[in-house]
Amino acid sequence: MITWRGFLRRFLADPVAIGAGIVLLVLVLMAVLAPLIAPQNPYDLLQLDIMDSEMPPSWRPGGDDRFLLGTDAQGRGVLSTIMYGTGISLIIGIGAVIVQGILGVTLGLIAGYKGGWIDSFLMRLADIQMSLSTLMIAIIVLALFQAAFDANVYADYAIFMLILIIGIAEWPKFARTVRSSVLGEKNKEYVDAARVIGLPPRKVMWGHILPNTLTPVLVISTIQVAEAIMTEAALSFLGLGMPVDRPSLGSLIRSGFEFVFSGQYWITFYPALVLIALILALNLLGDWLRDVLNPKLRRGED
Amino acid sequence: MHILAFLIRRAIQAVIVMFVISLIGFSIQDNLGDPLRELVGQSVSEAERQNLRDELGLNDPFLVQYGRFLGNALQGDLGTSYFFKRPALDVILDKFPATFELVLGATFIFLALSIPGGIYCAINREKFIAKFIMTGSIIGISVPVFLTAIFLVWAFGVELKWLPAFGRGDTVTLPWGWDTGLLTFDGILHLILPSIALSSIMLPLFIRLIRAEMMEAMGTDYVRFAKAKGLSTARVRYVHAFRNTLLPVVTVGGLMIGTLIAYTILTETVFQWPGMGFLFLEAVNRVDTPLIIAYIIVVGLIFVVVNTLVDFIYTLINPMVKLPGAKS
Repeated sequence: MITWRGFLRRFLADPVAIGAGIVLLVLVLMAVLAPLIAPQNPYDLLQLDIMDSEMPPSWRPGGDDRFLLGTDAQGRGVLSTIMYGTGISLIIGIGAVIVQGILGVTLGLIAGYKGGWIDSFLMRLADIQMSLSTLMIAIIVLALFQAAFDANVYADYAIFMLILIIGIAEWPKFARTVRSSVLGEKNKEYVDAARVIGLPPRKVMWGHILPNTLTPVLVISTIQVAEAIMTEAALSFLGLGMPVDRPSLGSLIRSGFEFVFSGQYWITFYPALVLIALILALNLLGDWLRDVLNPKLRRGED
Repeated sequence: MHILAFLIRRAIQAVIVMFVISLIGFSIQDNLGDPLRELVGQSVSEAERQNLRDELGLNDPFLVQYGRFLGNALQGDLGTSYFFKRPALDVILDKFPATFELVLGATFIFLALSIPGGIYCAINREKFIAKFIMTGSIIGISVPVFLTAIFLVWAFGVELKWLPAFGRGDTVTLPWGWDTGLLTFDGILHLILPSIALSSIMLPLFIRLIRAEMMEAMGTDYVRFAKAKGLSTARVRYVHAFRNTLLPVVTVGGLMIGTLIAYTILTETVFQWPGMGFLFLEAVNRVDTPLIIAYIIVVGLIFVVVNTLVDFIYTLINPMVKLPGAKS
């Protein structure tokens, strides 16, 4: 393990990490403070005016000072929708990773500690689920969900569905990581000591082994948030994710996609830029964390 | 003989997976939409409806209904598409060549770039180009496939007008009913942008993977031994070291098949490529249940077959892995 001080020193010595950190911080602040700083509330229909639709960014001819980055087809300011949309993308990304983490850590801990048939069963399940691909599972489940329910019902539950589906479909990554750490830890002396003094397996697992497996969990969490945001954006782009009136970055890109070809690039371009910046910052930070905390983990193999 | 045992085991697994998929397909058919409404509309009385339900077997026990569904499915009958008024399986299979050729194009680009790219980056780690490729690859991983696609359409299709960006262009129908775009110049031009888009997210991932594996292989004892033996550098690199990077590549490739199918849906949507994924999304919007089921079953079948093939290739190229069931 590495001390907080050393951690900070390495962070400040790496310009890429600092850059990614700043970008992430700015985007998160922008999303959290959106209700306070956004020029307009895109959910409030009273503030929208269809006469304002499809305006270019304010520095271009025909632009309006009220809308720095222009407006979309419904007269919403692109800057405001991006601020709110980033928040929704982040909520889904983080929410999904929390679900993944809870499921994956629990199952990985059980598989690694108990071993035997439980272990082989869970790992076989993980293999199968990994090969099915999260995006494919999510597309099919959401497609059925959308076909089965009314559009309004769907819109109300979309955010929970996205968190749950992306969360459940990606548990194997955490489970495998935790399991392999547990296998490395469970024969160490402190675990034997805890067992010998008569602690129940539950306490040994959660109180003693778990804290020593959390470093790799932290490392993959960052990259998993990036992947969850990317999956959500893809689903919303296909029209299977967030509805147009509560758009995430993906649904914003979808709603502007057809306008790109008639010259109104800004409706898609700025949300796309923010989406890429968000994912890139998370990926770079994740890679940096991995190098600092756990050089043995590598991307592309689990 | 071991190969036979292996094939039988895989066949059993494949049957189990297909059984689960068929069960999913059936429960969709059972719960989604009312086949009666599709048939007769609203104007029929309740008593007539009940009669019709009995006649159609919709009141039969679950197992009987499932058995009938499975029997029909095995004969290729997955119901009739509500929208196209044609057998759902036929509608899906008509679109299969388009998706297949798209995947083929993407695979070609992907193989032609990722292997040389990965090897180059591993051997010339410190060179500027290698560093540039590595930095580019992390950016590439962070750009969602649909954004790459939109960018390609916008840049090369709309602004520069170099390449066609929508549809398949001219196709030729082969004698066995396969529509191919590969035999016309126009068809190949149409294939270029969608193929690049589809390969765009796998490419950086595999360049990084091949580079990492290649670097590891270059540091092993047998490579050092091959060098010491006086073999040419090229032979050591491309025969001895490279061969050992293939295993992880095949493994990860196998894991990516599901993702690849999902990306075909995204790519086809942006390029309005008339393939299975595009059709599937249309079917979802129209709540065309038979077509949704047919897509899931066809994709499930493709998935199972390709995965089995990948496993088979894996055991063929890896002399250390014994086929399951073989005794050493």
